[in-house]
Amino acid sequence: MAAHSAVFSVSKILTSFRGGHLGNTAKVFGTTVTSQRNKAVLTPPPAKYGGRHTVTLIPGDGIGPELLGHVREVFRFSCVPVDFEVVNVNSALETEVDINNAITAIRRNGVALKGNIETKHTMPPSVKSRNNVLRTSLDLYANVMHCQSLPGVQTRHKNIDIMIIRENTEGEYSSLEHESVSGVVESLKIITRNNSLRIADYAFRLAREKGRRRVTAVHKANIMKLGDGLFLQCCREVASGYPDITFDSMIVDNTTMQLVSKPQQFDVMVMPNLYGNVVSNVCAGLVGGPGLVPGANYGRDYAVFETATRNTGKSIADRNIANPTAMLLASCMMLDHLKLFDYASSIRNAVLTTMNETRLHTADIGGQGTTSEVVQSVMRIIQSKGQLTAEL
Amino acid sequence: MTTRSLCRVLKPVFGERLFRVGPASEFKTRVSTLAYGATTCHQRNKSTYTNIPPPALYGGRHTVTLIPGDGIGPELAHHVCDLFRFCCVPVDFEVVHVDSAMTSEDDINNAIMAIRRNGVALKGNLETNHNLPPSYKSRNNLLRTTLDLYANVMHCQSFPGVRTRHKNIDIMIIRENTEGEYSSLEHENVPGVVECLKIITRAKSLRIADYAFRTAREKGRRRVTAVHKANIMKLGDGLFLECCKEVASGYPEIAFDSMIVDNTTMQLVSRPQQFDVMVMPNLYGNVVSNVCAGLVGGPGLVPGANYGEDYAVFETGTRNTGKSIANRNIANPTAMLLASCLLLDHLKLRAYASMIRRAILTTVTETRLHTADLGGQGSTSEVVQTVMKAVQSTGPLTLSI
Repeated sequence: MAAHSAVFSVSKILTSFRGGHLGNTAKVFGTTVTSQRNKAVLTPPPAKYGGRHTVTLIPGDGIGPELLGHVREVFRFSCVPVDFEVVNVNSALETEVDINNAITAIRRNGVALKGNIETKHTMPPSVKSRNNVLRTSLDLYANVMHCQSLPGVQTRHKNIDIMIIRENTEGEYSSLEHESVSGVVESLKIITRNNSLRIADYAFRLAREKGRRRVTAVHKANIMKLGDGLFLQCCREVASGYPDITFDSMIVDNTTMQLVSKPQQFDVMVMPNLYGNVVSNVCAGLVGGPGLVPGANYGRDYAVFETATRNTGKSIADRNIANPTAMLLASCMMLDHLKLFDYASSIRNAVLTTMNETRLHTADIGGQGTTSEVVQSVMRIIQSKGQLTAEL
Repeated sequence: MTTRSLCRVLKPVFGERLFRVGPASEFKTRVSTLAYGATTCHQRNKSTYTNIPPPALYGGRHTVTLIPGDGIGPELAHHVCDLFRFCCVPVDFEVVHVDSAMTSEDDINNAIMAIRRNGVALKGNLETNHNLPPSYKSRNNLLRTTLDLYANVMHCQSFPGVRTRHKNIDIMIIRENTEGEYSSLEHENVPGVVECLKIITRAKSLRIADYAFRTAREKGRRRVTAVHKANIMKLGDGLFLECCKEVASGYPEIAFDSMIVDNTTMQLVSRPQQFDVMVMPNLYGNVVSNVCAGLVGGPGLVPGANYGEDYAVFETGTRNTGKSIANRNIANPTAMLLASCLLLDHLKLRAYASMIRRAILTTVTETRLHTADLGGQGSTSEVVQTVMKAVQSTGPLTLSI
């Protein structure tokens, strides 16, 4: 909330200085200047000592600990120069000490890999979702999910290649609710100009970097005229600065219907928080399920990697049947972020080869392999490519 | 606003007993008291009514309001009229045009008054132009909230003749239709920061949950799933979930479970056969119903119904305007025709309803007659002609084609 009010007051000042009409870059720059003014220090240096990176690891609940254990195994085996600083977060406690420790660790290291932390419905409403607290405190404003059809996985739709960019900090997830009159609950959905411009700019920049042609904004502006109307307007403003990329918009209900009938029409999609949740889960379901797609949360200074659909998987925990692909691919994205591209591509190729060529599938995609079999296969493939590895 | 102040008024009147969970029978009266309380509230605010108006049935003929709407609405409504006239259905349509381009609310108020008079309506979707100022409310939304059409029911079933990726889908979606994210309450206190209010009330959540379980019981369904996002919106969706659980305790023969909306959509695209009846607030209902419509074959196939205490309005399930295919004779009339069958069921003209429905299903199974949205090359009029021929061949009294 403090950050919100700081942004409000500074945006008011900025608007009055430069008049009502600001360019996009000026606004985005304005945001950067604002955040820097509020941070006591500048961007911290990377946690890289003696050529080895330190990355925060948050095991989480459910299948998180076992899958992250496998990630560490693969990293140790491939001699990846990454050390993990493990921070456990107990979701059963009501205090915020654990999650604050995790946030401090991520601030120190800059990068994290996490499993999902469970939010129990039985706890009082004052206990906020730990994942949400982490995302908003670190201002990880962009959630990026790349859904691609994998050749080895049998799905009903083929040739899907959608990049979903979802606003990660505001919207319906602001956790601001109150019950003024008993029996009537008001939940606030916040949409701000700054955050909408920021996420739209991120989306277009990413589309340009990856050579994508089209960005689709998903909204419900016919009903939420001010809120989603503002979001749509910000996307249009940013789009005008990227003439090489086509921009169109689609209402969320039509989007979901098109996704289940003809998903190949979508290229890059940008949207507020809740629609992003729904759309990313639909896309994950289309390409083969929650066990296959990795997700990344990017902020200005920090990056946190996890599975895209953020499932805890309590029912399949500790049974050696979870699909490690999503977590392994997330760790590859992390290596890409740390600029360890060679290691990233070798592990990614090994994972994809296991998926597509050897067809070693776990139960969620219709196979009978176990988690450890898949991981062993990945490690064997890495070894067979001839790189330096530890003993199997 | 009214609900809030009236809740405050009602609470001391009906006492704290309303809010305690007890034995099933006592609970049912409590829920019906709450629902009745809601009805009395609304009727108290309606200046003209003291009790439910009589049905618009004169000389054996019903009068039904028809709102053509925009896009493909007018042509499909016209086909419905033709079909009804052909089958000698004792229904007369009172057509009320609503011009969505005008900013005054006279048109929609006329339509609402006509529906109050007749009790039943068939409508096409009214376009909400984004370019108009935000003070211009969505006409469809205005209609639903003014008439308190609290339940939107959509029955998604796989059609045997339509080729889809998933088979054997049979899902009933019951969506709260008047509150939630669609309250149209937004403000911009600080420039650049917009707050949208999502309202969830206990009374309405209990009402929709009760409707869902009653419908499930009537149709012999086994399971009701509540769709929510209570891990993030703890108070709002938490209240909705709690209300569903309370109502579920009064229907022990029906299994009740809940699922978070993101998991629901993912399950829907991988294994939709696991769902039976689903109940949810407004926005999730929008998304989930569109996903299900996409799964069974598209927006041209599924009819939808909006039920309130006193009124019922029937339309296509996914409420598409279809501007790009308007007046080109390529729209799929199935959804609107099936919606008119739901209308006939509501008017208790069941024989006509089943006759027309059977004819439509026969037509849909004939793949050479599929319209463009189902991958065929038939035109709207061909489909309607075939339906009429199918009705004639089964033998009842019809006009000549």
